[in-house]
Amino acid sequence: MTDSNKTPRLLLLLDILAGLGVLAAFLLVMLYAPIELTMGRVQKVFYFHVAASWSGMLGFLVATVAAIAYLKTNDLRWDIASLAGVEIGMVFIALGIISGSIWARPVWNTWWTWDPRLTTTLIMELIYSAYLLLRGGVDDPVRRAKLSAVYAIVGFTSVPLTFISIRVFRTIHPVLVGSSDPSLGTFAMSPRMQAAFFGSLAAFTLLFIALYWHRYRLGSAQSAVMQKRMEIEAGGEQ
Amino acid sequence: MKKFFNAVLAIFWKDLLAERRTREILGTMLVFALTVILVFVFAFDLSVDMRSKAAPGVIWVTLCFAGTISLNRSMSLEKDREGFDGLLLAPIDRTAIFFGKALVNWVYMLITAIIIVPVYALFNNVNLFSPGFIGVIVLGTLGYILTGTLLSSLSLQLRARDMLLPVLLFPVLIPLLLSAVRASTILLQGGIEGELSTWIMLLAGYDLLFTAVGLLVFDKIIEE
Repeated sequence: MTDSNKTPRLLLLLDILAGLGVLAAFLLVMLYAPIELTMGRVQKVFYFHVAASWSGMLGFLVATVAAIAYLKTNDLRWDIASLAGVEIGMVFIALGIISGSIWARPVWNTWWTWDPRLTTTLIMELIYSAYLLLRGGVDDPVRRAKLSAVYAIVGFTSVPLTFISIRVFRTIHPVLVGSSDPSLGTFAMSPRMQAAFFGSLAAFTLLFIALYWHRYRLGSAQSAVMQKRMEIEAGGEQ
Repeated sequence: MKKFFNAVLAIFWKDLLAERRTREILGTMLVFALTVILVFVFAFDLSVDMRSKAAPGVIWVTLCFAGTISLNRSMSLEKDREGFDGLLLAPIDRTAIFFGKALVNWVYMLITAIIIVPVYALFNNVNLFSPGFIGVIVLGTLGYILTGTLLSSLSLQLRARDMLLPVLLFPVLIPLLLSAVRASTILLQGGIEGELSTWIMLLAGYDLLFTAVGLLVFDKIIEE
């Protein structure tokens, strides 16, 4: 019990690296990256916006993989892993949405628009809010793990379909990767921009891993406490 | 394989028989669906040309709302009187329960659609008859029911069981709803013809995908 409560060295190191990384990315973006010609200073939001959204998607992906693994193995640790992915993913995606809005206001002249990416991320937040509500509605940990794993899979299955369907519907979001259609608003990054971009991407990924690890440990501690409490309660009845 | 279909049909007939004797689900769905249509007409004070433009949206939203009644009821029916334990004891593949329930809910949805679409057309003096539109209703309600049956058997096991179904179900349904509304709009009011096939493909894709998901995960949900 005592040993597992101590924060692992590697995690401490990761915390420090993530902190320094985010600081470095901030400095890179603010001081090193050039000011974009047409959008001006507000374009710098983009570096954090993409990095936060990337980490959020990573969280949801991890949550889905862990959900599948749970249904395969029935090991409750996968349930903790899945929940950790959902919670951290939701925070990062919320950051992505907010930073995107700040960028969109001067550039698109609106805080919000029903574009595929925006709509899909919003619907994802709704799906995972429902996921959390679902978890609140079950007491038995095994059943909760089972049902939420199923919902995580069902929810994630619909995400690409949502994206495709709204994309057919309409789009104005700039496409970074894999688009050659200039009318969709691709823009080329200068080497300095790329440095800031990949720098903040790496920093946010580190931050994600550190937070995820902490959240996973918190979940394990929670379930250990629940286990103890049940043992004590069972002992009291005898 | 034949045994599987027989099991599906047995559950389907059992539910229809119960419904014939109690008449609670279908009646409630219909009255509710008509009320929702009325609410739409008054809330948006639809002008004559808007009534025809809004028709696909109003009809699909109405079907989605009314569908939750049958989804909730057909599942809680089993829970209330311990019918589920009986179903689980039966020596059948458990996914047969899923498809049996889905089939009966689908029939309720189709009956509701058969009634509310002409009623909307009649009240609002618009023409809603188009063979393609019928096809879209069949595909759209199928996807709705597959996702809905899966999630209602899940929400049935939660503390506030009826309350959470729409919260769980509607965000997952967005691609289906969007495709169904767009396809219906193109069929009823014209639009870009090339887009129609994309929407139909999306609908069919959604149906296939959630048939597969249902097959894979349903027995995990109801494991006791």
